[in-house]
Amino acid sequence: MKNFWSLLAAYGLGWAIFFGYLLTLLKRLGRLEEKLRRLQAARQVSRPES
Amino acid sequence: MGRGQRALVAVAAIWLAWAGYAIFIVAPMERTMRELQRIFYIHAASGLVGLIAFFGSFLASVGYLASRQDRWDWLALALVEAGEVFCTVVLVTGPIWARPVWGIWWTWDARLTLTFVLWLLYAGYLMLRRLSEDAARRAMLAAVFNVFAFVDVPLVYFSIRWWRTQHPGPVIAGGPGSGLDPRMWHVFLTVWTGLLLLLLVFVLQRYRVAALEAALEEEELAPMTDRAVREQAS
Repeated sequence: MKNFWSLLAAYGLGWAIFFGYLLTLLKRLGRLEEKLRRLQAARQVSRPES
Repeated sequence: MGRGQRALVAVAAIWLAWAGYAIFIVAPMERTMRELQRIFYIHAASGLVGLIAFFGSFLASVGYLASRQDRWDWLALALVEAGEVFCTVVLVTGPIWARPVWGIWWTWDARLTLTFVLWLLYAGYLMLRRLSEDAARRAMLAAVFNVFAFVDVPLVYFSIRWWRTQHPGPVIAGGPGSGLDPRMWHVFLTVWTGLLLLLLVFVLQRYRVAALEAALEEEELAPMTDRAVREQAS
């Protein structure tokens, strides 16, 4: 097939950008949720009266 | 991720798998460009989705300026970042198509240049947000910048209608003499819908990241606020 490599490069890179971004987002989300949980737990410990 | 969002991701994945099948199997072969024309489906659909995202972010920024509610700022940010991803795909797939067809990777014609400027403007928006640590000031600056950056969006869309460009003329809503074979139209609409679903997935996740970052900022500031309140009371 003529231009097979161009077609492969366009779709390969296109999907890699989309899924790379989605993976980055999901990782960021997981990290933030974990950090927030830890902070909230630490606050509960430092303020036992509340 | 909640059950609804997981379902949305599943629907988007199935839809995009079907779109992939449609691009390579269902879409007819174009007479002059042959297989290479199939790049059009991801290139043009991404471009259109990107412009929709930037238009949405413009509306969200106007919403922020009118109401000063953080959720509009988070929505504008989510739409800009997602739009930038789609714009990147456009700028990557375009030259891959252009090289065998035009014999060059890039030319500074109106459509290409304005699209590159669009990408730079929204990269600037994302960088600008890192300059201020004060959330309200950051949101305000970003919203004002976004309203001005949006001027380039209609210019990109109409550039191939207003000026003679190296870039092919409009296929969608291009007037008499333009258009697509009905089977190509179906494939294009399938890909476009799949990418719109992907945009929705991106925006929902990025909005949640922005909301969590704000909650975290508040949580990190809270001990200082507590101390200040205690000091004032004593």
